[in-house]
Amino acid sequence: MGEAIRIRASLQGELTEIRFLMPHPMETGQRKDAGSGQLVPAHFIQTFSLTANGALLVGGQLNTAISRNPLFSFYARGLKAGDRIAVEWSDSKGDRRRDEVIIAEP
Amino acid sequence: MLQPDAADVDRLRRLLLRAATAGVVVAGDLLQPPAVLAADWNREAFTATGLSEAMRAAGAGGSSASGGIVIKTVDIAENGAQVPVEVISNIPDSQSISIFIEKNPMPLAASLTFAGRAQARVRLQVKMAESSRIRVVVRAADGKNYHASREVKVTLGGCGA
Repeated sequence: MGEAIRIRASLQGELTEIRFLMPHPMETGQRKDAGSGQLVPAHFIQTFSLTANGALLVGGQLNTAISRNPLFSFYARGLKAGDRIAVEWSDSKGDRRRDEVIIAEP
Repeated sequence: MLQPDAADVDRLRRLLLRAATAGVVVAGDLLQPPAVLAADWNREAFTATGLSEAMRAAGAGGSSASGGIVIKTVDIAENGAQVPVEVISNIPDSQSISIFIEKNPMPLAASLTFAGRAQARVRLQVKMAESSRIRVVVRAADGKNYHASREVKVTLGGCGA
């Protein structure tokens, strides 16, 4: 399941900035564990979607090259207070997580 | 800049529906509910170890250089584990942005598809194994590809991060 995705949507007039942080180790499969010296297996978010009121805004496919606890910013036009912003990810082990926020009055 | 295009949205919906159906078939059991986009992960493109192979598999080949793509990043990154990159496409009807880090073991870092009210713009952080050129390929609605690139020097590589 993973930790909750932290989503911030800020209305800036016509434009809304949507930032979200997906807590995830984003293991490359090339890092050695400090204690055992063994390679830590790859474990990373492969896909995510960002929607507004159920309609797709952004679909993403990611590789291990995205930094740990991925943080993204996107912009969309014409959203308003009360709109429902959802982010969902699925990772290389088949885990997934979905969270949403309601855009607040500016 | 990016007007909602009903045809595009419909095309994406169909893609998503197909992806969801494929998810059920692939997962094959009830413990794995269909992921929204999981079936879309382009394994061939993401696991390719050569730049041209990755670009071909991602459908990002045959692009023309464009001044309409803005790449904001640092010139020198002290920590390759977290290099901030922002890409803004001013190309009309931009559909997707793909980010390649040419010298990473697997060059394709991310591929983003924009729909509806979203602007073709993204800010994220990437890992860089060593100093490299970052190449961005934007696909427009007419299927044409455009690219731009930026060089980033890395002091401490981030591949083991």
